[in-house]
Amino acid sequence: MTAFFFGLLHTVLVLAVAPLLTGLVRLPKARLQGRQGAPAIQPYRDLWRLLQKESVIADSASWLFRIAPYLVFVSVWLAATIMPTFTTDMIMTPAADLIALVALLGTARFFTALAGLDTGTPFGGLGSSREMFVASIGEPAMLMVIFSLSLLTHTTSPANMIAYVTGGHIGIEVSAGLALVAMVMVAIAENGRIPIDNPATHLELTMIHEAMVLEYSGRHLALMEAAAMVRLLLFMSIISSLFFPWGMAFVDDGVAGVALGLLAWLAKVSALAMVLGFFESLVAKMRVFRIADFLGGALLLALLATIFLYVSEAV
Amino acid sequence: MIIGTVLGGFLCLGVLGLLGSSLAATHRLIYAGCLVLAATATGDGLFHMIRYGQEAVPAVVLPFGLPWLKAHFRLDSLSAFFLVAVNFPAALASLFGIAYGSHVPEPRRVTPLFPLFLFAMNGVLVADDAFVFLVSWEAMSLSSWLLVLSNHTDAAARRAGLVYLVMAVFGTFCLLSAFGLLAGPTGAFDFAAMRVAKLSPLATSLVVLLAILGTGSKAGLVPLHAWLPLAHPAAPSHVSALMSGVMTKVAIYGLIRLLYDLRGAVGWEWGFLMMVLGAAAAALGVLYALMQRDLKTLLAYSTVENVGIIFIALGLAIAFRDHGEVALSALSMVAALYHVVNHALFKSLLFLGSGAVMMATGERDLDRLGGLLNRMPVTGVCFLVGACAISALPPLNGFVSEWLVFQSLFKGPTVAHWAMRFGVPVVGVAMALAAAFAATCFVRAFGVAFLGRPRSDAARAAREVPWPMLAAMAVPAVFCLCLGVFPVMVTTGIATVVEPLVHVVLPAAVLGWPWLSPVSLTAGSYSATMVLLSGAGLMITTLLLVRHLGTRAIRRAPVWDCGHQEDIANAQYSADSFSQPLRRVFGQVVFRAREEVEMPPPGSTAPARFTLFITDPLWTGLYLGLQRVIDAIADRVNHLQFQTVRRYLLMMFLTLVLLLLVVAVRQQ
Repeated sequence: MTAFFFGLLHTVLVLAVAPLLTGLVRLPKARLQGRQGAPAIQPYRDLWRLLQKESVIADSASWLFRIAPYLVFVSVWLAATIMPTFTTDMIMTPAADLIALVALLGTARFFTALAGLDTGTPFGGLGSSREMFVASIGEPAMLMVIFSLSLLTHTTSPANMIAYVTGGHIGIEVSAGLALVAMVMVAIAENGRIPIDNPATHLELTMIHEAMVLEYSGRHLALMEAAAMVRLLLFMSIISSLFFPWGMAFVDDGVAGVALGLLAWLAKVSALAMVLGFFESLVAKMRVFRIADFLGGALLLALLATIFLYVSEAV
Repeated sequence: MIIGTVLGGFLCLGVLGLLGSSLAATHRLIYAGCLVLAATATGDGLFHMIRYGQEAVPAVVLPFGLPWLKAHFRLDSLSAFFLVAVNFPAALASLFGIAYGSHVPEPRRVTPLFPLFLFAMNGVLVADDAFVFLVSWEAMSLSSWLLVLSNHTDAAARRAGLVYLVMAVFGTFCLLSAFGLLAGPTGAFDFAAMRVAKLSPLATSLVVLLAILGTGSKAGLVPLHAWLPLAHPAAPSHVSALMSGVMTKVAIYGLIRLLYDLRGAVGWEWGFLMMVLGAAAAALGVLYALMQRDLKTLLAYSTVENVGIIFIALGLAIAFRDHGEVALSALSMVAALYHVVNHALFKSLLFLGSGAVMMATGERDLDRLGGLLNRMPVTGVCFLVGACAISALPPLNGFVSEWLVFQSLFKGPTVAHWAMRFGVPVVGVAMALAAAFAATCFVRAFGVAFLGRPRSDAARAAREVPWPMLAAMAVPAVFCLCLGVFPVMVTTGIATVVEPLVHVVLPAAVLGWPWLSPVSLTAGSYSATMVLLSGAGLMITTLLLVRHLGTRAIRRAPVWDCGHQEDIANAQYSADSFSQPLRRVFGQVVFRAREEVEMPPPGSTAPARFTLFITDPLWTGLYLGLQRVIDAIADRVNHLQFQTVRRYLLMMFLTLVLLLLVVAVRQQ
């Protein structure tokens, strides 16, 4: 019963907190650029404004263009409900594991890319092509991170992984460190952050994600934007829950434990948002074809993480 | 019994086709007959799969064949499973053929061979001795070869036929040798005798190697795949669906029969080899597919990828079994067989879809299609379902089998051997890359062909195809969803098939309702029903939220065309431009891809030209290299033809002495 209640609370919370997190990332960026910046609640206002606007749809677009935002948003939201954030006592945790989570994010990407191709403009195709290119290396890297973590913890279920890590079964592992670095690199790529992509740009040569959703407006754009916000929160939760699971509540921890877990989660993702904003101000966007080197590095690190497990054992 | 009638029926239909193929009604009658027979065989297979779990199945001996060897037939649970996997897509292809069969360039070269092809494939599945197996296998190769050549005026089809024939002969040669070794000096060609035959380690190794080569060449395993992307697309689309979706599965059946049933104990090294070959096929196959502009060639290369995934799982099963991990071995086998069914379903669906596109537009070049989703809505939706399923998107069936393969792959390093511990992660990288590339490949295939604006007049004038073709695509699309949403029913069924092969029953808790969990509940689980239900719940919530918070206003407007006035359908991303980033990163290394741009001088009205060069390293390196070696040897041997009589007599004498020496040495 608690599992159902916490699961529902978590489902609502990821949606409610996600825009705030995106607003938080923009704060340090604005300060470092010498601007005052919009308040952290600005993304809520943006979503509201988009919902009120009529949706303009291209003549050449098919029905797929209209249902894609719903499919994309629901896939990402569903993926977010799988990942435990403040407690592992959630109804959805046994329903899907990390491989399914990757696949759900893949579904969202699949339909975003198709929507980009649907209007038949050069920009949409450009965005889809580049997005699938980034994912073609980023997704394997993420699967290899899961591989190394599953070797370490004997499970692919995030809840059991967290229980294993907090249970003190593993100390400081080289593999876990390598996996963390790879995971952060994948997270940057999957969310289209600098240096892979720039969520604030509309310059033809540099945009990836924005090019795909260029033709969207009104409520459809609101759904696409919301999906991006939930995805950012999801990746930050993955990093905070899997690699820094301190403070999380478990099955029998009661309401006080869950409240503590909630505070710990909010603190962790806020800190990560600040770090992301700071980091994005420091680096420049890289050329499209350098992305292969960046993500290839992530893939290699994740592979090394699996192999190091046995090297350290053999030594 | 029923299956015997079905086999006879296929033969009769073939003869009927040969006699009366001048009437259009005969073609429809033959395809309808094939549909009924294949559907019957599917039902029979399902019935036997459920009925014979493990109980002994009687062999039927019929008095024809070689004088000292009667023909043996037997239908155990493995055969029954493959009967379903083969005949269900065959029934769909027959249904498709009712409308499509008279549309192919030369129907009289296709219709009589279609039932014979089905006859031969079913013959392989129910064979219980090497003779029937090999004769059926050869009949399968030859009938499909003739089907490839049905379009014989096309030079590409003739070349495909030649390469296919050479590879088919090579494959049969390997299988013939493998069965010869298994039968031993006494010539016990029935499978019951082969199961108990004692073989030396060297002979066992040879059998395994020959079995992998023989069946791998038919299944399209890298590097024996060269014929597949030439031959499969050259046949009419409903035959391509059978060749790609079904005939490769018959090859997988042959491999399982040889390595898991006839040869019980195979060393883990062979499993490792199969895994590595499978990984190479998976990653390379889909990378090839990404470079193709021809829709059917793309689908054929994607078959190479999926066969690779099946080989990875089969190899893991051998490696696990040899190291005593029987439960994991059973899991890998379940994963492999699940993917067999899934691939048979969605690859048939996609090939039938390509047939519908060809019928509507006459085009299979992606860069001449576009905007078909609005013009062919049902075909478009079915193709989209197939594309999602093959890209392993939940909640469709492709995801479940790839999830199972990943789960068993992730358990690979539990085998305490350094090769497995360091090899499996590398195989994992190849498999993960293949999965991601497949999604890219099918976004490209569906997006360029069905979305956007038409790139040619033919695509602009496309009309939806007749209902038998639509039904033949809609049924597998529905099954792709069902097999993805109720995976537990499928795995329980497959577990009974796997049980006699690995001698372990997967516990009900592992495969039980409602969670699908590979090893134990804590090691990771997936519940498609739950995911689908929560997804539906979230979707309803989203719809309600958007409806109540926002406006429902919609305005149609012309697309923003960057300031151009004229129609810019050709400014859309094409298939080649879509894969350009991946081509630059991977293609330059693997395929030595080279782009040449020819710009006219300023002021000239000549068009700019872009040429893309791609070379297949395996074709130029391995096959052409082999051809050069054979040519060189043939040149040398050629000298033997121009000798004097004395030399010939001397050679015969020396040969005789040599043979006598061999006999003398062996008798001591």
